Amino acid sequence: MSEHTLHFKPAEGFRARSKAVVDNPFLRQSFRGAMDFLMSKRAAQFPDTEELESLRTLGESIRQYNLAKLPTLLVQLEQNLSRNGIQVHWAETPDEANAIILGICQQRSAKLMVKGKSMVSEEIELNHAAEAAGIGALESDMGEYIVQLANEKPSHIIMPAIHKTKEEIARLFADKVEGVDYTDNVDALIQIGRNVLRQKFLEADIGLSGVNFAVAETGTLCLVENEGNGRMCTTAPPVHIAITGIEKIVEKLEHVPPLLSLLTRSATGQNISTYFNMISSPRKAGEKDGPSEVHLVLLDNGRSQAYADEQLRKTLQCIRCGACMNHCPVYTRIGGHAYGTTYPGPIGKIISPHMLGLEATSTMATASSLCGACGEVCPVKIPIPELLMRLREEAFSAPHANPAMRGQGAGYSRLMTSIWKGWAAVYRSPALYGVATWLGSRFSWLMPSRQGAWTSVRVPLKPAPRRLRDMLKERG
Amino acid sequence: MSARDRILSKLRAKMPSTVADLPDVAGWFATHRIVESAADKAKRFQACIELAHAEVHAVTPSNWLTTLREILRTKGLDKILVSEETTHGSAVLDEFPAQGIDCQVYDMAIEAWKTEMFNATPASLTAARAAIAETGTLILWPDAAEPRLMSLVPPVHFVLLDANNIYNTFFEAMQAEGWADGLPTNSLLISGPSKTADIQQTLAYGAHGPKELVVLMLTEDAQ
Repeated sequence: MSEHTLHFKPAEGFRARSKAVVDNPFLRQSFRGAMDFLMSKRAAQFPDTEELESLRTLGESIRQYNLAKLPTLLVQLEQNLSRNGIQVHWAETPDEANAIILGICQQRSAKLMVKGKSMVSEEIELNHAAEAAGIGALESDMGEYIVQLANEKPSHIIMPAIHKTKEEIARLFADKVEGVDYTDNVDALIQIGRNVLRQKFLEADIGLSGVNFAVAETGTLCLVENEGNGRMCTTAPPVHIAITGIEKIVEKLEHVPPLLSLLTRSATGQNISTYFNMISSPRKAGEKDGPSEVHLVLLDNGRSQAYADEQLRKTLQCIRCGACMNHCPVYTRIGGHAYGTTYPGPIGKIISPHMLGLEATSTMATASSLCGACGEVCPVKIPIPELLMRLREEAFSAPHANPAMRGQGAGYSRLMTSIWKGWAAVYRSPALYGVATWLGSRFSWLMPSRQGAWTSVRVPLKPAPRRLRDMLKERG
Repeated sequence: MSARDRILSKLRAKMPSTVADLPDVAGWFATHRIVESAADKAKRFQACIELAHAEVHAVTPSNWLTTLREILRTKGLDKILVSEETTHGSAVLDEFPAQGIDCQVYDMAIEAWKTEMFNATPASLTAARAAIAETGTLILWPDAAEPRLMSLVPPVHFVLLDANNIYNTFFEAMQAEGWADGLPTNSLLISGPSKTADIQQTLAYGAHGPKELVVLMLTEDAQ
């Protein structure tokens, strides 16, 4: 990685980045094709609507039950993991999490960390922090590996390299991987990645992974994956560090099967992933492999803010399947990079403001047509459209004392608020409305012929010369 | 105050005062998943795991070794990693070397032979603890005899499964075996060979784990 490493920008360049994607037919085709593929795969997994709806209801109740007991369960998880020999660390901020992880690496004089797919590690920009500390951090999920080679960031939480064509990846491998000639055969490309990374699994001092579910009653970390790199990272190196947000916890092991079924079917349309890896302790006496040390880093980073408000708490029900982005008409058109945040798409719009503050994310919730598709497909029934409305309110209402969110009122504009207040007054009062429409029909010639983005591809808006109410009155 | 205490106190201050009833997971499975006969479970398991690109071979106690040897020959493999601490591993060790198949054993900690494991171990044989019909899934509990890397690093993984040990669902497996009372260091669900669709949604097998998964499904010899 070099100084060209991309940093997550606050959402201020959102408009420009979106436009760049919308203007790029290749990228649009990539996203459109990939989203159509993922949507049809998911639909094929849920042929029975009753089964789907009852399973979603169960998934929602499991997540809400566990969130309601969150602090108690975190303590129970910590006790049981510690009893099993897994060391638990707590971090309020990304910096604290990085310091904990790099501290463990430095204690072992580690040179190389291999990473399984972990969006939380993206959230804290661990690769960058590791690089600064002189520790190599290598992504081993094929998609993440490709994205890292290209000095980019994932554009989708499940399929990180979804924005790249195989030809681009072929050129990337030929340029960046030693001794590799150009091939756009997908099997050959995967074998190139396999061979490079196998050597790294063998050499690595540290394996890092995320967590899909942490089970409090047994003290178990569960990981969902298809490639086997997650198992490699958690088994081959002498130390395994797992990192997760504090919300990914379930009390009972029996809560796992319904959530796992919802996750894999919603995410990639698989009835189950190739591997479901349950880790409950480091290597025990007599066992011949597995890490001798296992650590878990529990990260807050704004989650406790979401937790504090009953409505916003629902954001934390998320199991990170990505179905909301796969079904989002906005995501499909602008892709994952435009958002400028670790988590793109509808889930990104509702979780990022808690992580980055509304100062940096005030416009995110407005990038939605409120079509409701995200809420309809969410396997744990997060009311995403409702939350988007709430976040608009939080971002654009006048700043007030004791706000529910950091950066409340960041998008507030007195002019805009006055305009909407006037609009609301007109629409509430029949008399005012009558006057306003009368003025509109008389002075329609005053409407400008250029009306910003609207007129770039459409004819200008102009009030009709005669009002509907006048025409109706004439007809009696 | 530590980060731990600050996080917990923030959460405790806003914790809802009432907690909903425990979700009825058992009730959902009872009304939404079928309970099948042993034969039907075996069929469903096989159909599902084959869809995920695994091979399934029906074997009996008297012919499984011959079948395994034949498959090794067909695949051009002359070396296999087995456990000397299991009956099936010992059976392989008793017969295969004389028939020209080299047998490796996992008899020391991985640190002593990691490079050989990664670079010169083409195949392995482990047992499965059980299986799940609904999703075509093998359940493995790696232990000192058959450690974790045995089912991950070798490019071809052979699994011996007793067809009597197939559950209808993952939920049924964990309930019947009392997993909530304690899990081993590592427990695994495996539902096919390693795969990825990370390049342009094109499915490719053999990403990082085994390229091939071969299930030897053991049923009783005909009387």
